[in-house]
Amino acid sequence: MLEKYLILSAILFSIGTLGVLIRRNAIVIFMCVELMLNAVNLTFIALSRHLGNIDGQIFVFFVMTVAAAEAAVGLALMVAYFKNRESIDVEDINVMKW
Amino acid sequence: METLFFTIVAAVAVLSSILVITCKNPINSALSLVMTFFCLATFYVMLDAQFMAAIQVIVYAGAIMVLVVFVIMLLNIRSETGKRSNHAVAVSSILAFLVLFEACYFLFRSTPAKEGMGPLTSSVIEQVGHTELIGKAMYSEFLLPFEITSLLLLVAIIGAVVLSKKKI
Repeated sequence: MLEKYLILSAILFSIGTLGVLIRRNAIVIFMCVELMLNAVNLTFIALSRHLGNIDGQIFVFFVMTVAAAEAAVGLALMVAYFKNRESIDVEDINVMKW
Repeated sequence: METLFFTIVAAVAVLSSILVITCKNPINSALSLVMTFFCLATFYVMLDAQFMAAIQVIVYAGAIMVLVVFVIMLLNIRSETGKRSNHAVAVSSILAFLVLFEACYFLFRSTPAKEGMGPLTSSVIEQVGHTELIGKAMYSEFLLPFEITSLLLLVAIIGAVVLSKKKI
């Protein structure tokens, strides 16, 4: 019962990892990070249900709060960057590149 | 019956998450991600976490994804033209596969903890209600982290306002 949720969560997390690594659009990379956060949330809730302890679900609540804050600041950064450079391709973000 | 339902919803979740990373157009990716979030909300209901399913749909599929779609349409982003080189894709695939392998390896290597040791059981959730259980835990045991969360949101608001000023 528990294992299938954990395997599904691992699959979703690795798909998210792959997306972060192969895509170039910053917004798509952001969405892949959200996918990874959600995979972890599924693990939290499955284990919380398995162990009969509600603490994991409180953690999911905090993860969602952090994701919302991340969305607000991250998207504001992308809009600010797009105003300067007319692009949000991560290959173009190289001002601080060594 | 439950296993069959789980398999169908899991297949939809995996397929739509693959669509997130393969679609050329960011809007299609965003809509596929909403589909994945709905599948995850279904799993939360199957795991007796109804309140979490509700805020998954309201906060994630609602608020956050609307913000993302809004920004995509605001910036008028063209579909990606140039792809990454084949080497980059191959190395990334190997890395992602390693993550999956590692997770599955540790999963099958370990023995699972005993089920249902804690106080949270189906009958308790049915009698008390999931929202009330969450509320009791959050406003007693987790009061300090909950208050610190408000600080995080304040910082996020200030950050978003500062970043969207005309001249930065």
